[in-house]
Amino acid sequence: MGAVLETTERVADLAGEKYKYGFVTDIEMERAERGLNEDIVRFISAKKHEPEWMLEWRLEAFRRWKEMTEPNWARVHYPPIDYQNAYYYAAPKSQAERPKNLDEVDPKLLETYKKLGIPLSEQKLLAGVAVDAVFDSVSVATTFKAKLTEAGVIFCPISEAIRDYPDLVRKYLGTVVPVTDNFFATLNSAVFSDGTFVYVPKHVRCPMELSTYFRINASETGQFERTLIIADEGSFVSYLEGCTAPKRDENQLHAAVVELVALENAEIKYSTVQNWYPGDEEGKGGIYNFVTKRGDCRGRASKISWTQVETGSGITWKYPSCILRGDDAVGEFYSIAITNNYQQADTGTKMIHLGKNTRSRIVSKGISAGRAQNTYRGLVSINARAENARNHTQCDSLLIGARCGAHTVPYIESRNPSAKVEHEATTSKISDDQLFYCLARGFPKEEAVALIVNGFCREVLQQLPMEFAVEAQKLVGISLEGSVG
Amino acid sequence: MNMLEIDNLHVTVDGKEILKGITLSVPAGEVHAVMGPNGSGKSTLSYTLAGREGYEISGGRIFYQGEDLTKLLPEERAAKGMFLALQYPVEIPGVVTLTFLKTALNAQRRARGEPELDAMRVLRLVREKATALKIPEDMLKRPLNAGFSGGEKKRMEILQMALFEPRLAILDETDSGLDIDALKLVAEGVNALREPNRAMVVITHYQRLLSYIVPDRVHVLAGGRIVKSGGADLALELENSGYEGVVEAA
Repeated sequence: MGAVLETTERVADLAGEKYKYGFVTDIEMERAERGLNEDIVRFISAKKHEPEWMLEWRLEAFRRWKEMTEPNWARVHYPPIDYQNAYYYAAPKSQAERPKNLDEVDPKLLETYKKLGIPLSEQKLLAGVAVDAVFDSVSVATTFKAKLTEAGVIFCPISEAIRDYPDLVRKYLGTVVPVTDNFFATLNSAVFSDGTFVYVPKHVRCPMELSTYFRINASETGQFERTLIIADEGSFVSYLEGCTAPKRDENQLHAAVVELVALENAEIKYSTVQNWYPGDEEGKGGIYNFVTKRGDCRGRASKISWTQVETGSGITWKYPSCILRGDDAVGEFYSIAITNNYQQADTGTKMIHLGKNTRSRIVSKGISAGRAQNTYRGLVSINARAENARNHTQCDSLLIGARCGAHTVPYIESRNPSAKVEHEATTSKISDDQLFYCLARGFPKEEAVALIVNGFCREVLQQLPMEFAVEAQKLVGISLEGSVG
Repeated sequence: MNMLEIDNLHVTVDGKEILKGITLSVPAGEVHAVMGPNGSGKSTLSYTLAGREGYEISGGRIFYQGEDLTKLLPEERAAKGMFLALQYPVEIPGVVTLTFLKTALNAQRRARGEPELDAMRVLRLVREKATALKIPEDMLKRPLNAGFSGGEKKRMEILQMALFEPRLAILDETDSGLDIDALKLVAEGVNALREPNRAMVVITHYQRLLSYIVPDRVHVLAGGRIVKSGGADLALELENSGYEGVVEAA
């Protein structure tokens, strides 16, 4: 038995004491030992200074997870993951371990930042450069916080919410994605590192777009991110997750869980731009992005809208869904999934119509290049009591080159004769004529492809908040670099 | 100076020789018409001049303002001031016309090392040129060519020509599919762009376009070769005796 394990055990003991007395003590360990067992779960909980109920919740999840098997129905292929050979907790890097300045950062990464037009100060943040004294993110964050407090909006790391707003967290956590929902969600429930908590009080329109971006430096959320957003009656919030710039990440497996709850007349708009490491041209080393995202339109006339631009990761397994529980609830899913080289994406949505007059709309744009495989998988389910439910699904695939694949797997279940479900699907290629036309107008080849693909995605890009949309357009181009000879 | 000089050009497409030795000079300030029956190689000539992939030059050379074009990519040719108005302008779904025009113009300017124009500048420029061609503002906000009528598409091509201000413009069957009103409008647009330091090659099957765009020279293309050249009258002669008569006489 190595020193590491001993230390872990000691830490676990300390942690146990800490709960008893409610002290917050520094635990020196930077990293949990390899593998996953109850001690590791306890260690993580201790690191986060969590109350007892949270630990119990995690342990319950862990026990259930041990009984579960990894799903294999998605159209993705990867070697078996050895869950006992991974680390489940690593402290954020200290300033000393970080690159001192941009000269120490991978030039390839900097090149991409430049193409995205990211200001120098932000490049440093993204590349994990040790933050220097003049950096002004603190003041930005402070102004931001003051405005939110004034509106009564809670926006903080979920670890903080567990300590400061336990009633709210306990009331909603795991009510949309149950602890035992699926293998990856259950794993997340046991070991989640950190994430975001948002609560918007009744009849409050959140005064600004909330973005993880603003707290990117506050805490590294790590590989098992957990997000919980609650929009109380009559409120509105728009939340932006991720950013267009690629971030350095040492964890290959990411299994996040996002839960949204919209009460009566509330609306949540959730936008994601995912640009994690996709792997190299041979498909080596990409991130596994196995995410469970679900929104519950719990109240009457509530609305949840998902917009995602997925360009990164080696493998994406992700189905942001809406449970349309309240009568007159509305669910939307707008998606762009781009796969290049050897990337694989199996993504789509589930629209579960339970309430009367519920409506849902799905617009999916899949772009496949190189040797990539891109699958849309979606379920539209109309419950027997969902009178007059409506769904419209539009599912378009675009192929670039002759060695990639696009697949569409729509499931429709209707148990109510008054339901109207429409599904449209197209598959097309960028034609030589289109490409030549653009070249003849002066566009270099890659710009021409980016232009055509951006046109193909326009309906979805329009759903993004303005500042995101511009960056996302550039990202579309960058993701497809090298896809045409 | 010759804006365009084609010297014994042979072009092969899919292993088949389509152009079999074309020689042609177009001086600055002149408009030349290339006329020919179907399958004579008209479109091959225009695509080759624009540098389209798959149109392989198996012999001869093309000079533009004295520079050998043979190795240049289509986008490089565009940036250097060559323009091809296509017979069938392509639809680019989802790309707003104005955005397309702005990005194309700036891509060309960037390639030439000129500063890019901001959105307002481009908008003013485009509006000014669009008005002359009776292109409504609303068309500029629609995706490029998507759902445009035949006439609208051709006018859009001429609008691009007006905007990019090329030194050499090749108009490939710009008259095809146009009714007489649309034809006049397009011809007026083209005529307005005639100037001493610009050359144009108007490729057409029919004489009628040449009643509105009167060429300085007319060349008859048949079987991949220029079989006859002459003044504007040659077009009328073709109209009267047909291609067969002219080709046989040559």
